[in-house]
Amino acid sequence: MYVAVKGGERAILNSHKLIAEERRGDPSLAELTIEQIAAQFKLAVDRVMTEGSVYDPELAALALKQAQGDAVEAIFLLRAYRTTLPRFAVSAPIETRQMDVRRRISAAYKDLPGGQVLGPTYDYTHRLLDFELAANGGVGEPQAEAADEPLPDLMPPVLDILDREDLIEQEIADRENEPVFDLTRESMSFPAGRDQRLQNLARGDEGFVLGLAYSTTRGYGGAHPFVGEVRYGEVAVEITPEELGFAIEIGDVSVTECQMINQFQGSKDHPAQFTRGYGLSFGHGERKAMSMAMVDRALRAKELGEDAIHPAQDDEFVLSHTDNIEAVGFVTHFKLPHYVDFQAELQLVRKLRAEHAARHEMKEAAE
Amino acid sequence: MSAQSHPADNTAGSASTHGYNFGYLDEQTKRMIRRTLLKALAVPGYQAPFGGREMPLAYGWGTGGIQITASILGPDDVLKVIDQGADDTTNAVSIRRFFERVSDVATTEATEDATVVQTRHRIPETPLREGQIIVYQVPQPEPLRKLEPRETETRKMHAYAEYGLMQVELYENIARFGHIATTYDYPAVVNGRYLMAPSPIPKFDNPKMEDNPSIQLFGAGREKRIYAVPPYTKVKSLDFDDHPFRIQGWDQHCSLCGASDSYLDEVITDDRGGRMFICSDTDYCGKRREAGHVGDGGPQPAVEARLK
Repeated sequence: MYVAVKGGERAILNSHKLIAEERRGDPSLAELTIEQIAAQFKLAVDRVMTEGSVYDPELAALALKQAQGDAVEAIFLLRAYRTTLPRFAVSAPIETRQMDVRRRISAAYKDLPGGQVLGPTYDYTHRLLDFELAANGGVGEPQAEAADEPLPDLMPPVLDILDREDLIEQEIADRENEPVFDLTRESMSFPAGRDQRLQNLARGDEGFVLGLAYSTTRGYGGAHPFVGEVRYGEVAVEITPEELGFAIEIGDVSVTECQMINQFQGSKDHPAQFTRGYGLSFGHGERKAMSMAMVDRALRAKELGEDAIHPAQDDEFVLSHTDNIEAVGFVTHFKLPHYVDFQAELQLVRKLRAEHAARHEMKEAAE
Repeated sequence: MSAQSHPADNTAGSASTHGYNFGYLDEQTKRMIRRTLLKALAVPGYQAPFGGREMPLAYGWGTGGIQITASILGPDDVLKVIDQGADDTTNAVSIRRFFERVSDVATTEATEDATVVQTRHRIPETPLREGQIIVYQVPQPEPLRKLEPRETETRKMHAYAEYGLMQVELYENIARFGHIATTYDYPAVVNGRYLMAPSPIPKFDNPKMEDNPSIQLFGAGREKRIYAVPPYTKVKSLDFDDHPFRIQGWDQHCSLCGASDSYLDEVITDDRGGRMFICSDTDYCGKRREAGHVGDGGPQPAVEARLK
């Protein structure tokens, strides 16, 4: 007699062994080290840190190794680990003006104070498979040419130029004494303030935020943004311990920042002016920071008096679906048994069919 | 089967879990969740938002229930975890193992021995008693979500106790099918005030929620909501005077233990349309068989071996 198999502990344990086996792959090959992943899969590590919302390249590399390179699974591991960490302080806002810049470009101005700094970017590579890389396994020790003089210490944000002419809306003034929404400690609420939206987008799935940003430029948002500036580099993180009463530096993080300039025709309350969209990611994550800046701007439609009719302008729609950890969980939970609810439905369908058949018979008998 | 099992020692599992706090969550998070639980108990059926945390299990796999369980477990508790009524399904085994590793509590499969029962989709057949807590895993806490996708709207509807839309939905069922066609997650009004989604339990279990001596807690991790039904509270399943609420019934009895009062799972036995019906509550079924009850399928050693 055949009996439906119920899952047990042994099956689970064996399944764990199987993933360990798959993860290791061919045992005759050297095992990847965490250091190798952190150093050579840096962009993957940066994405995992951003969406996992923990700044720790080593942990992100470990998560990637454990997840066999699956970014979302690695993000999941990092988020779950993050849960167990106590919060000992809240940092002061980072000062990207003081950034130790490695890359800084503007699509709005050809030249500007501080200059365009191309830095490391794939933008101008030809996307041809590099068989040299496969043949030699590496490129030795490449060395980029150093500039004749170092970059200036202070590189003012490009949007300051527009700001001086009052052509762009003011950056939000210092809000040091205002409470900031904390998405990792509070549940989402609507309508969502910009602080909540930006936190959500920063942690949001890169692919999904990218798709939404794309939609705003394809007729579902009427946006035509200009990259005011993308900059990438190191900034210091400061906290103010209660017992000290003044700020101290606790380390550097590398971040990518995007300031987007958007057209705005003006409304009843606002004269015509450019508006801002803002994006920030850990490490080097330009695609994410740009997408985030575009969606941030789209979500401001209502406050700017624009018609909010497209998905990317709808805070409830956008914020409820950006988080890949939430999304993955719900979509995959359908793999779990649903015997009980399916049985309930099965019973109903049978009943409905029986009733339908009975009605049909009665009708035929009457004819 | 009903014997309590303790983890091997106080180090709670393997070296990989060493160093985690009792119950996994840190004490501040547990306190925050307990405060939300008190609020939820004080306003029965009200969906209290809470700062849900990422858990090492996927959203939709019970993270809401797990966070509640982690927050209320004490060292002396005895935990039972069921999924679809059963103690031996993968998700139940996995969650039970999780708590064995990150807390030092005893676990059990016996409903009457448990102080905390975490459940997905069923209320045990064995009646709960005072002092017990049942924690439900809830995928979608908002009963109105299917009728109104916007949170801002549903919040207003709850505030005004404006539940006509749900009544209309049930009426449309009747107009179309001749009876209400909602079979699980059947909406109920708690304490005469809030409309509540009872998690996807079959409506068969809805009457068990009413006047229950135990504390009933509902956790939705992805949606970050907690709600509750305090002991001995009225839980009224929506219906009409001329179409009163009715639960499912079966023509069959359990093939293993002969029960006619329990929720039955259909088990396909061969590829020629053969099927049998067995209790979805494995503990209830096992206890009945231990007491000598035999179903019309006669003794089923093969099945029983599976269920052990």
